[in-house]
Amino acid sequence: MVDYEVQAPPTTGSAQDAATYLKARFPGVVSDDTRPGFQGVIVQADKLGEVAQAIRDELGYNYLSSATAVDYLGAGDHMEMVYHAYRISGGGALNFKVQTEREKPVVPSLVNVYPGANFQEREAYDLYGIHFSGHPNLKRILMWEGFAGYPMRKDWREAYYEGEAKPFESRWPAGWVHRAEERNVFGSNVRYPADFDLSKLTDISDQAVYNSASISGMGVDYQQDEMETDQLVVNMGPHHPSTHGVFRMVLKLDGETITGLEPVMGYLHRNHEKIGERNTYLHNIPFTDRLDYISSMGNNFGYVMAVEQLMALGARYTPPTRRAEIIRVLMAELTRIVNHLWSIGFFLNDLGAFFTPMLYANAEREKILDFFEAVAGSRLMCNYMRFGGVFKDIPDRIRSTANLMNDRIRDYDTMEFLSDMINERLPRFLEEYDRYLTGNEILLERTVGQGVLSAEDAIAMSCAGPLLRGSGVAYDVRRADPYSIYPELDFDIPVGKQGDLFDRYMVRMQEMHESLRILRQLLPLLEETKGQDIMSGTRAYNPRIPQGESYGRVENPKGELGFYVVSWGDAKGTQNPWRYHVRAPSFINLTALGPMSVGQKVADVVSILGSIDIVLGETDR
Amino acid sequence: MSSKELDLRQVHDTEFPLPAEMQGNVAITSLSKIYNWSRRSSMWPMLFGLACCAIEMIGTASSRFDFSRFGMEVMRATPRQSDLMIVSGTVTKKMIVPIVRLYNQMPEPKYVMAMGACASGGGPFKEGYNVVSGIDKYLPVDVYVPGCPPTPQALLYGLIALQKKIDGQSLANLDDVPWYGVGPSEPTPIPILGPDIIDPRQMDLIRRQAELAAAGKPYGVRELPPVVKTTKAIPSKAAKAAVAEVVDEGELKRREEAARRRQAVLARKRARDAAKGV
Repeated sequence: MVDYEVQAPPTTGSAQDAATYLKARFPGVVSDDTRPGFQGVIVQADKLGEVAQAIRDELGYNYLSSATAVDYLGAGDHMEMVYHAYRISGGGALNFKVQTEREKPVVPSLVNVYPGANFQEREAYDLYGIHFSGHPNLKRILMWEGFAGYPMRKDWREAYYEGEAKPFESRWPAGWVHRAEERNVFGSNVRYPADFDLSKLTDISDQAVYNSASISGMGVDYQQDEMETDQLVVNMGPHHPSTHGVFRMVLKLDGETITGLEPVMGYLHRNHEKIGERNTYLHNIPFTDRLDYISSMGNNFGYVMAVEQLMALGARYTPPTRRAEIIRVLMAELTRIVNHLWSIGFFLNDLGAFFTPMLYANAEREKILDFFEAVAGSRLMCNYMRFGGVFKDIPDRIRSTANLMNDRIRDYDTMEFLSDMINERLPRFLEEYDRYLTGNEILLERTVGQGVLSAEDAIAMSCAGPLLRGSGVAYDVRRADPYSIYPELDFDIPVGKQGDLFDRYMVRMQEMHESLRILRQLLPLLEETKGQDIMSGTRAYNPRIPQGESYGRVENPKGELGFYVVSWGDAKGTQNPWRYHVRAPSFINLTALGPMSVGQKVADVVSILGSIDIVLGETDR
Repeated sequence: MSSKELDLRQVHDTEFPLPAEMQGNVAITSLSKIYNWSRRSSMWPMLFGLACCAIEMIGTASSRFDFSRFGMEVMRATPRQSDLMIVSGTVTKKMIVPIVRLYNQMPEPKYVMAMGACASGGGPFKEGYNVVSGIDKYLPVDVYVPGCPPTPQALLYGLIALQKKIDGQSLANLDDVPWYGVGPSEPTPIPILGPDIIDPRQMDLIRRQAELAAAGKPYGVRELPPVVKTTKAIPSKAAKAAVAEVVDEGELKRREEAARRRQAVLARKRARDAAKGV
């Protein structure tokens, strides 16, 4: 056996250097991904644990951003796990992949190396049927236990299946249609497997939840003379008002102290990714709105960036125009303020200040929504950005009729409206909010020192956004891996010190100030570029995207939002993504919920969840 | 309730003349009217949101739109205290089980509002494998509010529509007030999470289909008559004649007039744009 000369690992170099090092360190195990448009390395499945260990410890890629599966049926007939790891000090991704057979896919679990892979591996198990050997809690996460099949596999067809890819023949060009429920015998969106055993008609979906390691083992745990206490299992959700939607927690309690917590999700799993694979690239933009439905503009931004990265592989690609980039950043930062107003309002709701802070925050939020409505035509689901720009310029005047108080139509000059909002209204409001809340004794009592998450844990569990920064890690994609026009803007990254609830609250408050700072710099740029193009290239209804893979990520208000898009199957370029995966910050941030909550009281788990700031559209997708 | 004092003229419902000076103090009304009035003026929704529409629902509850003006601000977190279930968002197969359970726990009279495209019929996510295409597959819906998501204005309109619906009900009609019928009302059977969602009401059908599957016959899909694809263009004269047959003369004139006006507006706009371009 040849003894390869292995140089010292490059802990600061590019992903290229890292790949070279890995190939020398693990000869025959690591190889380049040579498919056109693909990056990174392919690792042999049985050695994945060792390689990942080296990637984390020797190369310094200590932050696992995304782990997801792809089914290459008919294109090599294998399953693939794709990992994107980053250095917490900044820089690009190291993309490593593992390939496994489709029939009995087994991949070693990376939970020991990257605890943040926990939920993502469970998701891959749930939707693709990949077994992760060594995973501590491998069970379905989005669907229920007992569901038939692995729905994200390419050969799995949903009950309302009509065709592999849109536009469906029935709609275009012939234009006839049978309603899906007419075609189904049950008149409903259901399909039962052929070997459906009617005698076993019991609902086993909850058994797996109660059997999981964190909450199983109920019984008498304290006994003295005649007194004995039980540990108690309490269900919170999925319709609990404090779980921010349809999230469910199963808590094991000792008195009022939490000894175990099992998050249960999937109550809003509406199959984004399956639908996304059937859709054309353009179709997916309005669907991204509905991921994190409070900050739709930010979601648009991430998705168009991912697809633009793919388009850049082609010959005739022109990057977005400057005005488009300015408008995009304007929208993204306004969205950040919208989201933080909302999340702080609800955080205080969770602390017991029922609805009053929320009302104040929401009143300001509505002003920004007015602007969104004037620009994009919709308050909430903006569907605003397109590949190469945005679909519509900012109008000269804002006319809003949604003033129910006096039915007067209000009419503003847009730039005046923006400047008034950015320079006057929002700073005044933030100052007022700060004065009422930040020093408030009840708020301090409830938040300081509660729900602590250390910096090491936050990085290991792939936390993102204010949750990560609240723990003192100054990691913000806008600075760590800059995109759009952020490099030329002047702003700071607020961080916390202790990683408790109060730090997260303060990070959000300060981020709003920083966003305002960015917005102030954008106003003159908007004036400067007035009348310039908002879109580059031709406006294609159904663009062909060159083959390849891309991972576009943005710093969304809730954390790092990534889109992993694969275009495959047609050398001329595809019209539908082969794989469309969303790295949802809310979903992965929830990994930290259990560790943060154990040892706290029941009332605190509500505020801890509020401080993570989840949104279920994104958690469950 | 609104802070305004009770105006008895609202509930006055008779031909019997009242002297003007007594109209603010005395009302003569029917039992149905006062019953409906009190029900519709204190419609307490259940505090639970499913998806994006819930954000707009909270927006409607907030200060700008403020549905407490219609007596609906008391959102209860428990089904046992609520009258109205606003299904605000995509109903998934996993979530329909708790939703049906919640509905069964609501005391009568109870109402269901399908807010948004998803709750009404699946919306953009209809084809999804985990999506119930419309809450009306399981629960009786009183009002559908279109939109994705509906604006707060639309939701308010839906709530007012529900109030109007209640106003039209009669205590004498058991179809309107089934909760005064004989015996307790039947709870909606709770779906089961099996290999797919199982509606207990469809059990027979499922069994028959399973037998077909066991026999190796095609199952699950219904054969539909082939679609007649017409590609023949209809000549405009024939189309006009066909329209004229259905629509009366005055209506046709009005339509032509409107079309002319539209054309004129467009022409003016084009001229203006052209002038601006120069």
